[in-house]
Amino acid sequence: MSTTAQTQPETNTEEQWEPRIVAFCCNWCSYAGADLAGVSRLQMPTNFLVIRTMCSARVDPEFVLRAFAKGADGVLVLGCHPADCHYIGGNYRTRRRVALLRMLLEQYGFDPQRLRLEWVSASEGAKFQRTIKEFTEQIRELGPNPIQEDTEEGTDEQGR
Amino acid sequence: MAKIRIAQYWGAGCGGCDVALLDIDEKVLGLAEYADIVFWPIAVDTKLKDVEAMPDGYITATLFNGAIRNSENLHVAKLLRQKSTLLISFGSCACFGGIPGLANLTTAKDILEYVYTKTPSSDQQDAKVKVYPQATTHTADGDLELPALFETVKTLDQVVDVDYYMPGCPPTVNLIGDFLTVVEKHVKEGAPLPPKGTVIASGKTLCDECKRKKTVKSIDKINDTFDTNIDPDKCMIEQGVICLGPATRAGCGAKCLNANQPCRGCMGPTAQVTDQGGSMLSALASVFKVQDKESQMNEEDILKLMQQVKDPMGTFYSYTLPKSIIKRTVRERPKKKPEVKA
Repeated sequence: MSTTAQTQPETNTEEQWEPRIVAFCCNWCSYAGADLAGVSRLQMPTNFLVIRTMCSARVDPEFVLRAFAKGADGVLVLGCHPADCHYIGGNYRTRRRVALLRMLLEQYGFDPQRLRLEWVSASEGAKFQRTIKEFTEQIRELGPNPIQEDTEEGTDEQGR
Repeated sequence: MAKIRIAQYWGAGCGGCDVALLDIDEKVLGLAEYADIVFWPIAVDTKLKDVEAMPDGYITATLFNGAIRNSENLHVAKLLRQKSTLLISFGSCACFGGIPGLANLTTAKDILEYVYTKTPSSDQQDAKVKVYPQATTHTADGDLELPALFETVKTLDQVVDVDYYMPGCPPTVNLIGDFLTVVEKHVKEGAPLPPKGTVIASGKTLCDECKRKKTVKSIDKINDTFDTNIDPDKCMIEQGVICLGPATRAGCGAKCLNANQPCRGCMGPTAQVTDQGGSMLSALASVFKVQDKESQMNEEDILKLMQQVKDPMGTFYSYTLPKSIIKRTVRERPKKKPEVKA
C-alpha cells in the first residue's frame, strides 16, 4: 500500500477543509497502477484513501452511496481499460452502473462530478498520479460534501 | 383464556393498510375470539386520551401503518410504543417511508408553497400576502394547534423501537393471516413468537417467487410499461420493462406480475441489502447487453444508453427513499464566482 495517504485530520472550518476522497481500485490494473505511482515516487496530493476490490464491477452502488453518506467528498472508481478486464467484461458493467449512479446522485442533489470513473492500467502510474491530482482539484473547487451540513438541519424534526 | 389487546394506527399513509386488515374477511371474526381491538381510529371510537390513560404495555400488539411526517405522527408513535408490548411496523410507509417518503426529494417549505399558492385551484396565486397553515394560532379563546410538518419523512423505526416489520403496499392478506396465526398460537398454546426484528415475509427476492420464464437475461433497450405488449409468460426485464423484482423481497405472491404488471418494489429490500434502489440500479445496469464494439464505445455512448432510464430516483426508490442510505436530497453550496483580477 505504498500510495495510500494518511488519514486527514478532522477539520470543520472552511479554510482548513481538505477534500477526502475514496478511491476504489481494481486488483489487477488500477491497484497495480497506484503501486507503480508509489514506487516511482510520483508526487500527488494525499487526500485519498485506496480501497482495493477484486474488480471495478465489485464496487456495488451501495459502496459509493455509503461513502457519500459517511462524508466522503468525492469517490473515484478505477478499473482496467475496456477490453482489458481480468474478468473479461466486469468494467463494462461498471461503466453502465457509474453512468446510472451519476444520474441518481444528481437527483439526490449532489454534483455528479463527485463520482468519477477512470481506466488506469498497471503500467499507468503517471495516469494514476494525474487522475488523483485533477480529481482532488475538482473536489476542492466543489467544496465539502453537502450531506455533512444537511444531516443537522435536514433530518431534524422541525421546531425541535 | 385472557384476551389479548390489539391496536392499529395510521401515520402518514393512505388508509389502505387499515382496509387490508379488514380484507382478511372471516378471519377477522376469529380474531375477535382471542383479541379485543382497543384503538383503531378508522373503525373503533377510542380517543387518544383513552390511550394515554392506559398503563404501559397494556396493548399486546400495535400495528402501526404510515410514515412519520408530522408532529402528531411522532407523538402517537411514541405514545403507542410506550403503551404496547409489541409494535409492528405495518406496511411500506411505516417500514420504508413509502410513497409519502418521496417528499424527501423536496423541502417542507416548497411543499407548502406549492400546495397553498401554486396549484391551479389555489386562489392565493395572485394574493399579496400568502396564508399558510400554522402549527399554533392565537385566538381570543385560546391557542389552536395543528400538527407541524417535518422537513424529512422518517420511518417508524427511525423514531421508536420496532419489534416486527410487515412490508407491502398494503401487506397482503396472506402475510397478515400468517402473522395472526402465529399470534393466535402464542396466545392459545403458548407457542414462541419470532425473534425481535423479524420481517414477516420471505428473505429471498421476488424473482424466486415469480413464475415467469427467464432465458436471455440481457436487454438492448428499455420499454415503457404502457407502450409494450407484455408477454405474460416471459420475464419482464427480458422484455425491456423495468421490474424491481431482482431487488425486492418476496412474500407478496408476485401479485402484480400475475396481473401482467412489473414489480415496483413495495416489499422493500431483501434481507441481505440495505439500499433497494442501489441494488436495483446495479441489477438493471448489468443486464444491458455488452455490444460487439463495446471497447470502442466512449462514456457519452454509455450515458446515452443509460439515459433510457428516465427517472432513476422515482423508479428505484418509489417506496424506500427515507430508508435508503442517503435518505433525502442534499444541496450543494452555490458555485464560487471566479475572482476577477484587478
